[in-house]
Amino acid sequence: MTATGSQRSQGPDEPTVPPALDFAEALNAFMSHREDLGMLQLLTPEGTLVSPPDRTPGYAPELLRTLYQDMVVSRAFDTEATALQRQGELGLWPSLTGQEAAQVGSAHALRPDDYVFPSYREHAVAWCRGVDPVDIVKLFRGVTNGGWDPKKSNFHLYTLVVGSHVLHATGYAMSLVKKGSDAAAIAYFGDGASSEGDVAEAFTFASVHEAPVVFFCQNNQWAISEPVERQLRGPLYRRADGFGFPGVRVDGNDALAVHAVTNAALEHVRAGNGPFLIEAFTYRMGAHTTSDDPTRYRRQTEVEHWRARDPIARLRTHLTEADHTTPEFFDEVEEKAREVAYRVRRETRTMPNPHRLTVFDHVYAEGHATVDEEREQSEEHHRNTIANGETE
Amino acid sequence: MPAEKMSLARALNEALRTALEEDPAILVMGEDVGTLGGVFRVTDGLKKDFGEDRVIDTPLAESGIVGTAIGLALGGYRPVVEIQFDGFVFPAYDQIVTQLAKLHARSDGRIRMPVVIRIPYGGGIGAVEHHSDSPEALFAHVAGLKVVSPSNPEDGYWMLRQAIRSDDPVIFFEPKRRYWDTAEVDLTARPEPLHQARVVRPGTDLTLVGYGPTVKLCLEAAEAAEGRSLEVVDLRTVSPVDFDTIQRSVERTHRLVVVHEAPVFFGAGAEIAARITTRCFYTLEAPVLRVGGYHAPYPAARLEEEFLPDVDRVLDAVDRSLAY
Repeated sequence: MTATGSQRSQGPDEPTVPPALDFAEALNAFMSHREDLGMLQLLTPEGTLVSPPDRTPGYAPELLRTLYQDMVVSRAFDTEATALQRQGELGLWPSLTGQEAAQVGSAHALRPDDYVFPSYREHAVAWCRGVDPVDIVKLFRGVTNGGWDPKKSNFHLYTLVVGSHVLHATGYAMSLVKKGSDAAAIAYFGDGASSEGDVAEAFTFASVHEAPVVFFCQNNQWAISEPVERQLRGPLYRRADGFGFPGVRVDGNDALAVHAVTNAALEHVRAGNGPFLIEAFTYRMGAHTTSDDPTRYRRQTEVEHWRARDPIARLRTHLTEADHTTPEFFDEVEEKAREVAYRVRRETRTMPNPHRLTVFDHVYAEGHATVDEEREQSEEHHRNTIANGETE
Repeated sequence: MPAEKMSLARALNEALRTALEEDPAILVMGEDVGTLGGVFRVTDGLKKDFGEDRVIDTPLAESGIVGTAIGLALGGYRPVVEIQFDGFVFPAYDQIVTQLAKLHARSDGRIRMPVVIRIPYGGGIGAVEHHSDSPEALFAHVAGLKVVSPSNPEDGYWMLRQAIRSDDPVIFFEPKRRYWDTAEVDLTARPEPLHQARVVRPGTDLTLVGYGPTVKLCLEAAEAAEGRSLEVVDLRTVSPVDFDTIQRSVERTHRLVVVHEAPVFFGAGAEIAARITTRCFYTLEAPVLRVGGYHAPYPAARLEEEFLPDVDRVLDAVDRSLAY
């Protein structure tokens, strides 16, 4: 097949037809993309700062220290919560370990008036938005189905049905345009969620409505036990092409690169150019949640490969070598992380169960006769129980 | 303003128009609701008058329509969503059930979801497959949703106005076979509360309860029931059900027949029968009977007359009740 563009007459009433590509060439180009796992990176796994050709990273030492501290604190919180689950204090815990750079790097690119739509593993983003880690634990301990006030931190409730919230982010972004705000929405989701129809529908809606939303996919390589090859066969970030907006792949274990790319994406969407897809290429070091056993589905060599790309270690090396810290800094960060973890442990173990009648609270904003009737029946049942001398 | 004669479709259009005029936070969105004015023309002319920012033609994706409406509500808007036909709501069912219905509870009351989902529903217009369905029980079963269905133009106008004002999500089922029925609508009337049933025809021998498309059928049956005085109650709302009004009626008549188009099995009639039996056990002279669709997929149009309840089937149930 050869290009046919020159053979077509270009009458004024004819639609513009894109020139045909040589199929083999196009296929090669696609395949080379697929094979090429190259991606934007500023900090190598060895901790060396690299500059992309067109940009000099001007990262202030203060920001680098903040990114480092928030990653360390998040990992300590995560480790503590995992331990609490193992000790029976939590029903479930989805660990974030390994994904700190993707979360902390992107979260620090956001403004306070931007709105975050997390999935259920975004504990580090929550921390950066000022959500109390104890409130996150409440959901997994089972004392509430929510846990925090989303409006206080512009950090929405976790969404456990994967992909659903990507549409909410899109609708919220549409509301920002209507209100004339230059804030943005960001939706965090995983490689598994990218298979959900809701994510595709969100891409469609955001694209046609030019909604200021950043789709932030943490491709952590595994959807519970299914490798990313079971979710998609083309590069994830290139899905954006088909929807008519830009997509980019970034080293998700490089907090600096994630920060830079998220900044650029936010700039893009705030300027009214429509949505942006970021694929943060990262790895979930632990189990999907405390309910699964990753040794059943993945090899230790793979885990070790990624351990050598640890997001915290590489920034620590850079901070040390660039002379951005004193030795005391690392001790202070460790101490702060220990304090947060300890407080989470103490407050989790003394967390009271909610009162039984809260089942009937907030089912409706305006009340519902059936809910009222059933609340009364429940109260009556408990009154009778007490009257019969049984302890409540 | 004096009462005006108009069709149900026109009354709904008036309600949307008034709501859009009154509150800039209200949005109308759905497939073909803008330039076309909706396939039933319920949104006719609204885009012309309020612009495409407020009357939004959406991509053809029902989950996307409801999911983005949830996001718009989080952003402070009050979306009124149209799902084109009853049979097309299921791609959006996940968003409605797992998200829209639960966000108020999950947020401990901090988030409100003032979203109305309008769905043309029911049979009787000879439509092709997946264009005639009565899925109200599937929504009424879900805590957090309110489910309503007007039976006439005046209720259509007022109930839609009230649904839009509600801070809870409302599934608003519009009986498509009644879209073209006309009646007087008093746009200045003081409406009854949204969830209050209404006795539309008093009687002494038996209570017929219907809602949406079957209220007219119940009235026709009551008219045709020679020598019997049948009371007709328009339920208006399937969640919550106004059991108090039904109970008072049954305490007068001692007999109850519930009529809906949806399949009887696990339907709204089953819930009404169970609760009214509990409340009126010593008053009832006969078991509560139900008339409705069969436990079968909605049939092809040439068979729908067999499937839908008609005057004969209602009167047959009346006879069976009175025979006890």
